[in-house]
Amino acid sequence: MTFRKYLVLAGVALFGSVGDSLLSRGMKEIGNVSVTHLQALILAVLNPWIVGGIVLLLAFFAAYMTALSWADLTYVLPATSIGYVLLALIAKFVLHEQVTPARWLGIVLITAGVGFIAGGPALTPTPQPQSEADRDLEVANVRGHP
Amino acid sequence: MRHAYTWAAIAAVVTASVTGDVLLSRAMKQVGDVGELWRHRGVLAVVGSILRHPLFVLGIVAMAVAFFSLLFGLSWGDVSLVAPASASLTFVGNAIAAKLFLHERVDRRRCIAAALVACGVALLAL
Repeated sequence: MTFRKYLVLAGVALFGSVGDSLLSRGMKEIGNVSVTHLQALILAVLNPWIVGGIVLLLAFFAAYMTALSWADLTYVLPATSIGYVLLALIAKFVLHEQVTPARWLGIVLITAGVGFIAGGPALTPTPQPQSEADRDLEVANVRGHP
Repeated sequence: MRHAYTWAAIAAVVTASVTGDVLLSRAMKQVGDVGELWRHRGVLAVVGSILRHPLFVLGIVAMAVAFFSLLFGLSWGDVSLVAPASASLTFVGNAIAAKLFLHERVDRRRCIAAALVACGVALLAL
């Protein structure tokens, strides 16, 4: 794990939680969307908070896919769940929502889980399965050079 | 009936998002280290090879199913039940599916981490 890879994991957590917060802020401005007025969802895209949220969630997805390209799923998911903690802190200090003692306990558990996983290996070491082409090549080499 | 619909929706969200995560993870492992590929072949080639990967496309379809199941669930049950229940069960489901289908080494450390995070997410709802 290099510093750059930790940055990608931090990006997954940060972009996901801030993106969700922006969407939440934007949808509160728009108000409840009823089934008979679904066009309100299309107009929601014009709201600057929603636009920001969508951009950040696209960044989240890119960072998530990057992390999955070099780390196990069972490493990436707990490691990036620190985003839930960020989300609760944003809710408390920016959106001024009530954070109950049970939620603080939840935050402590998630942080403990993240600390637990971060010390372990990121990727299961697996011997590369030989592809058929490789095997054919090997056979050809053996035949070519007895 | 309301309860049955809510829990059916939660089950659908968990199944679809675990399927999606496993497919996306498998696809990205086959694509290879994105950072390395970016340096050697450029960003467009990387994005192209990801978007053309059949497992990636299937993974996105599964994620879309999960999203609409979540919307359906939210229309029947409370957000404070549906969102955390599906998120925390997805953590547990992913640990099991990653061991079964991706052959990841889910050791005690990872099991405990998944359980702690799942409990923590459930508590956030209270």
